[in-house]
Amino acid sequence: MKLFGKAGSRNLTDTAFKLTTMLGAALLLLIMAALFAELVRNSLLSIEKFGWSFIYTNVWDPVKEQFGAAASIWGTVVSTLIAMALAVPLGILIALFLVELLPERISKWVRTGVELLAAVPSIIFGMWGLFVFAPFMAETVQPFLRGVFGDSPLFSGPPIGIGMLTAGIILAFMILPFITAVVRDVFQMVPAVVKESAHGMGSTLWEVTSKVTIRYGFQGVVGAALLGLGRAIGETMAVTFVIGNSHKISASLFAPANSITATLANEFAEASEPIYLSSLIELGLVLFVLTFIIQVISQIWLKRVKKQMGVQ
Amino acid sequence: MVETSKKTDGRSVKARSLAYRKIKNSLVSILAGLSALLGLFILGWILFTVVERGFSAFNWAFFTELPNPPGMEGGGLANAMLGTIILTLLATLIGVPLGLLAGIYLSEFGKNSKFSEWVRFFANILMGTPSIIIGIFIYTILVVPFGHFSAYSGAVALAVMMFPVVARTTDDMLQMVPAAMRESALALGAPRWRTILEIVFRSAKNGLITGVLLAVARVSGETAPLLFTALNSPFWFSGLNEPTANLTVTIFNYAMSPYEDWQRMAWGASLLISAGVLAVTLTTRFLLKEKRI
Repeated sequence: MKLFGKAGSRNLTDTAFKLTTMLGAALLLLIMAALFAELVRNSLLSIEKFGWSFIYTNVWDPVKEQFGAAASIWGTVVSTLIAMALAVPLGILIALFLVELLPERISKWVRTGVELLAAVPSIIFGMWGLFVFAPFMAETVQPFLRGVFGDSPLFSGPPIGIGMLTAGIILAFMILPFITAVVRDVFQMVPAVVKESAHGMGSTLWEVTSKVTIRYGFQGVVGAALLGLGRAIGETMAVTFVIGNSHKISASLFAPANSITATLANEFAEASEPIYLSSLIELGLVLFVLTFIIQVISQIWLKRVKKQMGVQ
Repeated sequence: MVETSKKTDGRSVKARSLAYRKIKNSLVSILAGLSALLGLFILGWILFTVVERGFSAFNWAFFTELPNPPGMEGGGLANAMLGTIILTLLATLIGVPLGLLAGIYLSEFGKNSKFSEWVRFFANILMGTPSIIIGIFIYTILVVPFGHFSAYSGAVALAVMMFPVVARTTDDMLQMVPAAMRESALALGAPRWRTILEIVFRSAKNGLITGVLLAVARVSGETAPLLFTALNSPFWFSGLNEPTANLTVTIFNYAMSPYEDWQRMAWGASLLISAGVLAVTLTTRFLLKEKRI
């Protein structure tokens, strides 16, 4: 392309134009760097005061100005795990249905429907979760689980609908379209010849899928899971509505809990003491570092998978 | 599981009847169908709830009046509707030009450079950064130094979210324009910038519009980045320097309130936001035809 950069009077405008666009691109890097620097700078107060204990102790006392975020971090991890445990298998099954079982004509519509779930704003999931889904959980799902699993500590406590389990399930619905979309792509990338040879050996569709398609596209499926994980972990409003806002760590999935995002959404605007605010920002920093690591891994991973599967 | 299998060098070979395999296959197929139905059912359930409850909040006052003080029936969310429109417009005005610039650089000047690779990498990371973190970031750089919540800090937070989306789609869309287009324009003596803005942009027009719409759809339903930036307000929009009412934060505040009338209005606002976001999303899909959200 250098060939066309001709010397002359208009070279100046062209250079200026190029520089302006370059600044635009550089600004993106600058924002990223500033974001990290600001989070660190504003957490310093809390980092100095509480050190690493901020991450593993569970005290959240704005009055005594003692902060340890274990409950929020725990809630983020557990609700995300619940979401992944539900959304990954569901996403694989839906992708299987879309790619292998439905005729293209209908598949297109079903796909659009499932993917539209991704367009529903987080706060709408929150509204629906709080006013419709949580009561449904309390009246139907939780008593049912109680009936099946009896006195298991996982399902103890009053079935109030709001809590860790409900938050996890709603998160699963939210990340389902992303996982489905990626797994669908992966399934379609598996060469027909490979599947056909398995079919030719007399395998059933499920055998082809579980032993050939998924194995062939295994890394892609892992990539899809990572993508979902990155989404779920930073999801805010939906979780804030239904997780219950309790800074207690409980073994029961029915119990109200908290997540990093929910704590931030609920308490940030009212935090007046510098150390309180700083602790909340450090909580944000923890979340940022977590998502950053997941994002980096999933990007590198997906890039590798695409290269291996021969997609540019 | 073990009884029908025998081990041959570490792998278990299972002898199963054809009937068993067929039944298993049908079961999985049914399960797959049910999973897809579940996905559609949840979407339907949410949309149905939002439409049903949202409509009951609609009346003349809802669209024209200010909210009433807590506990008082009636009033409307006209200020929040206006505020959401202003915030989204302002964010678009900031985020889209920046995104276009970065996208032009990535596709036209630094296509394969190391620098561009890093920009693309971090653009993806920024897209995946939780929106509440972006809210905190803007809070620390625009709200704390100026000492108050404001419309422009809310708009900047949204713009930061739009920036990487527009940059990446612009990059992709411009790269799809055949090199022959650029070469012909340059051969005719057009300078680089005119070639890009008048030839390359024109052929990528639909793609670029899609990218912008995608970014608008992404931010217009956002709540978390506005919580600590634009905040909310019970009054009319009174300048970019003031806290500004908006629909999403209003939904959050009203839904959590004990007043039934407020909760009803939160549903009304939910319907407006959902309808808006879904309409924009469907438009993008239509423009992109085959591509995904």
